[in-house]
Amino acid sequence: MLAYLIRRLFAAAVMLVVIILVVFCIFFLVPKWAGVDIALNFVGKQADPAAVEGVRQKLGLGDPVFVQAWEFFKGIFAGRTYAAGGDVTHCAAPCFGYSFKTEQSVWPVLTERFPVTLALALGAAVLWLIFGVAAGVLSALKRGTLWDRGAMVVALAGVSLPIYFTGLLSLAIFSYGLGWIDGEFVPLEESFSGWLGGMILPWITLAFLYAAMYARITRATMLEILGEDYIRTARAKGLKEQVVISKHAMRSTLTPLLTMLGMDLGALMGGAILTETTFSLPGLGQKVLDAIQNHDLPFILGVVLITSLAVLIANLVVDVLYAVIDPRVRLA
Amino acid sequence: MTELSKSGAAVGEPAGTSPAPTAFLEVRDLKVHFPTDDGLVKSVDGLSFQLEKGKTLGIVGESGSGKSVTSLGIMGLHTAGQYGKRKAQISGEIWLDGTELLSADPDHVRKLRGREMAMIFQDPLSALHPYYTIGQQIVEAYRIHHKVDKKTAKRRAVEMLDRVGIPQPDKRVDSYPHEFSGGMRQRAMIAMSLVNNPELLIADEPTTALDVTVQAQILDLIRDLQKEFGSAVIVITHDLGVVAELADDLLVMYGGRCVERGPAEKVFYEPRHPYTWGLLGSMPRLDRDQQERLIPVKGSPPSLINLPSGCAFNPRCPYADVPKDDVTRTVRPELTEVGSKHWAACHMSQEQRERIWTEEIAPKL
Repeated sequence: MLAYLIRRLFAAAVMLVVIILVVFCIFFLVPKWAGVDIALNFVGKQADPAAVEGVRQKLGLGDPVFVQAWEFFKGIFAGRTYAAGGDVTHCAAPCFGYSFKTEQSVWPVLTERFPVTLALALGAAVLWLIFGVAAGVLSALKRGTLWDRGAMVVALAGVSLPIYFTGLLSLAIFSYGLGWIDGEFVPLEESFSGWLGGMILPWITLAFLYAAMYARITRATMLEILGEDYIRTARAKGLKEQVVISKHAMRSTLTPLLTMLGMDLGALMGGAILTETTFSLPGLGQKVLDAIQNHDLPFILGVVLITSLAVLIANLVVDVLYAVIDPRVRLA
Repeated sequence: MTELSKSGAAVGEPAGTSPAPTAFLEVRDLKVHFPTDDGLVKSVDGLSFQLEKGKTLGIVGESGSGKSVTSLGIMGLHTAGQYGKRKAQISGEIWLDGTELLSADPDHVRKLRGREMAMIFQDPLSALHPYYTIGQQIVEAYRIHHKVDKKTAKRRAVEMLDRVGIPQPDKRVDSYPHEFSGGMRQRAMIAMSLVNNPELLIADEPTTALDVTVQAQILDLIRDLQKEFGSAVIVITHDLGVVAELADDLLVMYGGRCVERGPAEKVFYEPRHPYTWGLLGSMPRLDRDQQERLIPVKGSPPSLINLPSGCAFNPRCPYADVPKDDVTRTVRPELTEVGSKHWAACHMSQEQRERIWTEEIAPKL
């Protein structure tokens, strides 16, 4: 088990370095090869040549590629100082870049926005796990009945309907129509109930989409597991059916769900752009949208890195849990 | 339908009327039907037999003849854990030690499962839960029926593993199924089935998934344990070699019905049904000249939705035209006594069958 853990950790570390380098290449080298001057991105197209040259120097865009990559890499761990003559900007560690568009270091913005995204994703995950898995299990146990068909139609709707439709619909009904929920985002520090009121609709909206996917996967997996020989063995022992389902069948059903959960949670860490935009939540996703519209390369790069990191960590956790659940994995 | 119940009632001792059977296990006119989109699959259609404690019954037949469905029916595993609309339709009577199981409360039958009747499955790798250790699975089986703490149950598990011949049982008890070899897994499976000293043990193709070298060991083990525990054993197999070693009585199934049953030596040495002849003819034997070819039963197993009319075996039977008036294709033969406790369902007369067996079949075996 320990050896397995160390192997996974080592693999994750290597992966992290590779991700940083690849991301760097995509954002700084590809435009260069394509003949686009990144410096122009930072100063605006109408800038005078002197300003462009200043930015180029400051960002080290004239340096050899590997020097640039090294500076970028070093900045993440040691911080970085951009300087061109007397113009000095310091970006403290971990420096994920400095946005010359908004004149901010990327990292503080990320950390400021991240908690909202995290709360959105985790809250929604709790909801979708509870309802999605429960609906999936019930559907499997009542296969072919009206309940099963009904649940699967709802699930199909959930998968097909876009967030900006279900989100707006829920706002229209619960916030504007019935007036139950204010719907405005309130920071957690100000008021817990206000925060809860602001998060509940985004949670439900996001969870609806994922619950639908999880219900379908749970149903399919459960049906497959129920046909397994070892489930028959469990019944032949004289186990109560509830125990057969909750202990023997559920444990096997968890494995694919866990894999999905790791991927989904990791991906959501980069911001649930649609949900956050629909509900005006000040999370990463909303900021990413701004950054894309403004060609704010350093910020996009920072978010991509954060997201990759989150996916990496989530998968690491999944790998470990996987080994806890399935003893056969520990050998691999 | 009337025809079916008639044939069922004709099997063996009179059925339906006397509610108190003397045998330890008595199955009367058992029918297990599965509704499907294509029609009603009659997997078992009017099966009756008895089994005493300490005796072994071998049920033989090809795939789809209803052997496993019968065993699952006795265990009540067709109704337990059935979800959705399609349910197996089961009728008849199954008496276990004075209790009729089909009409009993399902929860009562559940409590009998594992304690009074236990089962060994064909493929121990898939029949054991991959995520739990062997020990955990045996402990669970024991604690369902005995209110003891985990330590006591684990000691019992180690004891059982030792009994079935697993070396270093105190260490192997914490192993997972994938860490065992095939033979060891089947031993563990047997240990799990026997942990509650069941009085009825059903072994469904217990050696099919195992190496030939291990098969004999497992069969010996089952026989030894049966002597030790005095249980009644049903061995289900398509391999006549297996039942030759174990069984006191034999029941040959074809198309969901019994075509011949009787004491094992009778069925082996004086079989009175052409299908049994076919099974014997297709069994490889070392004492036979290697140049001689095996004689397979022609054709393939019948559709359980549309059984051939008359004798279900008639399309594959080389002697279908021996009885007069096309009776094999129109009338379903009933089990008739052909010797002491020996029954067969065939339209040919006793004399015809005796002649064919001694003159045509036996010399070639």
